[in-house]
Amino acid sequence: MSDLARSQNQETFVLNLGPQHPATHGVLRVKLTMDGEYIVEAEPVLGYIHRMHEKMGENRTWAQFMPNTARLDYLGALSYNHGYVKVVEQAMGIEVPERAEYIRVITVELNRIASHLLWFGAFVLDLGGFTPLLYAFDDREHILDLLESVTGARLTFCYFRFGGLYNDIDDDFVTGSRAFIKRLRKRMPDYHNLVTKNIILITRLKDIGILPGEMCRKYGATGPVLRGSGVDYDVRKNEPYSVYPELDFDVPVYSECDSMARYMVRMDEMEQSMRIIEQALDKLPAGPIMPEKVPKILKPEPGDYYSAVEAPRGTFGIRVVSDGTNKAYRLKLRSPTFSNLSLFGEASQGMLLADALALMGSLDLVIPEIDR
Amino acid sequence: MGEYFKELFGGTKSLVVGLGITIKHMVKPVVTLQYPHESLKMSARFRGHIELLGDEETGASKCVVCGMCQRACPSGCIALAGEKPEGAKKKVLTSYVLDFTKCSLCGQCVESCKFGAITFSKEYNLAGPRKEAYIFDLKKRLEERSG
Ligand code: SF4
Ligand code: SF4
Repeated sequence: MSDLARSQNQETFVLNLGPQHPATHGVLRVKLTMDGEYIVEAEPVLGYIHRMHEKMGENRTWAQFMPNTARLDYLGALSYNHGYVKVVEQAMGIEVPERAEYIRVITVELNRIASHLLWFGAFVLDLGGFTPLLYAFDDREHILDLLESVTGARLTFCYFRFGGLYNDIDDDFVTGSRAFIKRLRKRMPDYHNLVTKNIILITRLKDIGILPGEMCRKYGATGPVLRGSGVDYDVRKNEPYSVYPELDFDVPVYSECDSMARYMVRMDEMEQSMRIIEQALDKLPAGPIMPEKVPKILKPEPGDYYSAVEAPRGTFGIRVVSDGTNKAYRLKLRSPTFSNLSLFGEASQGMLLADALALMGSLDLVIPEIDR
Repeated sequence: MGEYFKELFGGTKSLVVGLGITIKHMVKPVVTLQYPHESLKMSARFRGHIELLGDEETGASKCVVCGMCQRACPSGCIALAGEKPEGAKKKVLTSYVLDFTKCSLCGQCVESCKFGAITFSKEYNLAGPRKEAYIFDLKKRLEERSG
């Protein structure tokens, strides 16, 4: 128990939030020490859904680990696919054809929108509004249909390959994506009128759940959480990869540091993702989707490799150590939500329980990715 | 005081606007599928559990028992066996069993097969009371299909 809790004369009690609670989106448990409605101390307890993905990486061949990457953050699986193929391509020195890079960007951004739409629905649901969830799912369904038509899966995609892709996209996908963007552009004003400008939402988020930029840095928070705290950091801009440098987009940054700022960052990011997809579709070059020669059995040169991508929830980093065999010697996953959750204990001190739940919702947690 | 009324007015307006959107959507056509009564057709590339493919003429499995799919599978779902009949050039498949309980539908088996002997099924309506219901004898299924 912290000094704060001990020094107080009042009686405190312990409240378990989770591991089975709708507001925790999975099996996360937070041990709360409460003084009435106020949080004295919050301690996230992890490990309920630990599956040893890192260890599995050391026991499977490079290609066999591929499906695992989709099961970390199941809402933004393609970004994790991307991170993994990227680090192996780097280790093996494989060149990716341009068309494949463009398709990667298009599908990853579609996936980002799908992930943000789900967060949008679930977040408002946490705050007690049910209807927006249904609208968001309706839109998200269109993305899942599009992605299913090229990848063969709806959630746990396993679409990228070392050097390229599993399948090429067709004209139906291109027209479908354009139609979807047109549709979402029309729906965004509805979302803003229904939710963003709603007085109840504003009063529950504005100036509440302040995360100063310094605190974010201390805990290594990334993604929309960091950008909602006024720090302009996005891997797509700061360490450009794939074809992002050829596309024109902005990184939304809000300096208010409150829950509303994080909400706005994600809403704006959806608009930016639409811009990226449109440009990538326009520029989409013809050509192969796999390089001519990819070694059948991968044995990267012994060494230490690291690569990072901007996943919907922040920086996903992956470090592999190769000893020259067909399996990784060590595979380390740096997942964004783990760091984003770590600041919850400090940030929620002294907050009302209901506000802390809003703060937690604004962090956009995906538990399987925290536990891995 | 003026601030108070401004807030009250703005707040009420935001609620009315929100309600208007909900009403607009209420009168729009239904977007959900009435699932048990209707079901979707899966897209051409949908990856269901794997299924053996038969030769167009004879209906016998195209599998040559090379074992590539078995080795490619990350989860060890595939168990197969074959034998070489006397006088024959190629091995003949005697059993091919898929443990679907462990399958992650990654598709590496299909990609690794150079003989086009396996494919994805389009089945997704799978539910059962026992684990054993998902140990599929694919050879038997192929024989049943080709009659
Ligand atoms: S789809 Fe993947 S997990 Fe399933 S049997 Fe094939 S290789 Fe194994
Ligand atoms: S890879 Fe194809 S041919 Fe070889 S054992 Fe598997 S199904 Fe049969």
